Amino acid sequence: MKIKAIALNTFREAIRDRILYVIIFFAAVCFLCSRVLALLTIGDQVKIITDVGLAALSFFGALMAILVGTGLVYKEIDKKTLYTLLSKPIHRYQFLLGKYLGMILTLFVMLFLMTILFLILLFFHTFKLEWQIFAAVFLIFCELCLITAVAILFSCFSTPILSSIYTLSFYLIGHLSWGLETLIEKINSGLGRALARALYTLLPDLENFNIKTEIVHHLPIPPELFLFSFLYGFCYSVFILFLAVLIFRRRDFI
Amino acid sequence: MVEALKITGLHKSFKTGFLLKKKKILKGISLEVGQGEIFGYLGPNGAGKTTTIKCLLGLIFPERGEIRILGQPYLSLSAKERIGFLPENPYFYDYLTASEFLEFYSQLFQINKTEREDRIQDLLRIVGLEKSAHLQLRKFSRGMLQRIGMAQALLNKPSIVFLDEPLGGLDPLGRKEIRDIIIRLRDEGKTVFLSSHILQDIEMICDRVAIIVNGEIINSGRLQDLVSEKIHFTEVILSGLMEEQLRDLSESLVSSGDKIFLKITDESKLEEVLQLVHSQKGKIHSLIPRTETLEDLFVEMVKTK
Repeated sequence: MKIKAIALNTFREAIRDRILYVIIFFAAVCFLCSRVLALLTIGDQVKIITDVGLAALSFFGALMAILVGTGLVYKEIDKKTLYTLLSKPIHRYQFLLGKYLGMILTLFVMLFLMTILFLILLFFHTFKLEWQIFAAVFLIFCELCLITAVAILFSCFSTPILSSIYTLSFYLIGHLSWGLETLIEKINSGLGRALARALYTLLPDLENFNIKTEIVHHLPIPPELFLFSFLYGFCYSVFILFLAVLIFRRRDFI
Repeated sequence: MVEALKITGLHKSFKTGFLLKKKKILKGISLEVGQGEIFGYLGPNGAGKTTTIKCLLGLIFPERGEIRILGQPYLSLSAKERIGFLPENPYFYDYLTASEFLEFYSQLFQINKTEREDRIQDLLRIVGLEKSAHLQLRKFSRGMLQRIGMAQALLNKPSIVFLDEPLGGLDPLGRKEIRDIIIRLRDEGKTVFLSSHILQDIEMICDRVAIIVNGEIINSGRLQDLVSEKIHFTEVILSGLMEEQLRDLSESLVSSGDKIFLKITDESKLEEVLQLVHSQKGKIHSLIPRTETLEDLFVEMVKTK
């Protein structure tokens, strides 16, 4: 009940943030551009539109999670609304979870809107509903849940600008860390390989949530891959939120 | 005295500057507040008033010391269920309307829907905001924010209310209204812990006070015990006499039109002035003996410290 009240209030706050609509606008522009790009391409135009569209969903969704998520907790501290809130009979972890769930709800609505826009565009090309898109969108949503957890973790102890930079770095590292896997294969053995392996385990691998290739080329998606990605996102998000709670519960609000 | 609040040996310091040097803010605060009294917590800016309140509410964690609110550990949810708090310069979610805001906070107390609606209506009426119930908080003036802050502090019908500078930023009428609410709370048997530096208001409504300077309580007790009733000087306004006749009899003398304003400390000189007025057929317009005020006591203590 208490977490729900905080989550709904967070949703109400986030949904009124104009930046979300600016991002949706750019996402729509991007979808339209994919149409132009498709016209210039030799081959299957639908593949280009699907590829660019899904990439746009992932990128603009992440942008929403970063720009709005990093300000959520900080704003409460900065504007001192947190003072009265924490004087009420709630635990600090309830506050943080409420904020997180509120942001997740916001992202769900925004991602849904962007997906509808994207599906409409796709419909005009294929004249059929591409249901498998939802599988990709679901994993993008899992990725956004993880990014939001990271954004909230940083916003527990840092300013929105720094938190945005940290979270954006997490996003970029997460999408590039798969390169380490190739590196591990190239290194013969020894300390270097162990270090690369440790680094790869430590760093997030957000490519786990990327099934664009399978969707674009209509390849089968193994259920275990789907399940693994979901569990990876869930466990990673829980771990990050746990860290955030640890930091937040001992913090002094001066 | 049945204790509503008991603080024992509260210490808190913050790390400041590039070298993270420790700065002691609270240096062993101990005090007790009885149930059903209005307790004034006085101190100059930066004395540690707000830090103490933040410790009580669990917003910051003290290094040492014990706090019990209504006989319970201060961080327990059961203690928080019975607490109301109005922060200094309150700022709330500006995208919410007054009633949405109170609705949100009342959900945190898990008050059922019907009771919630009645209570919100009641509180809006008490703080005089019933006409602004559907106005977004961003459109509220400072005084209105203070009132809605007061309303949220009373949502759970608290047994103890912590008010941090509740009269700041209010016009005289607003101050009177908030004072009346505070007195009504006491009449209902609730305890009010009031931090302020508006001494006239404290003097008017508080039963007991504690004065904090540089993180230490330098004096505390009942107001009438702290402030002596000894007459410090007498202010006299008279007419019908020449200034030269009075110059040696008063500490300060100002004339305005045909009236002369005198400040007399010595009682025998006051007698002389009265006799002079009588013999010269002058006129006394007013004669006010000035006793020590809380402000005098406060200024003296802060200066001594």
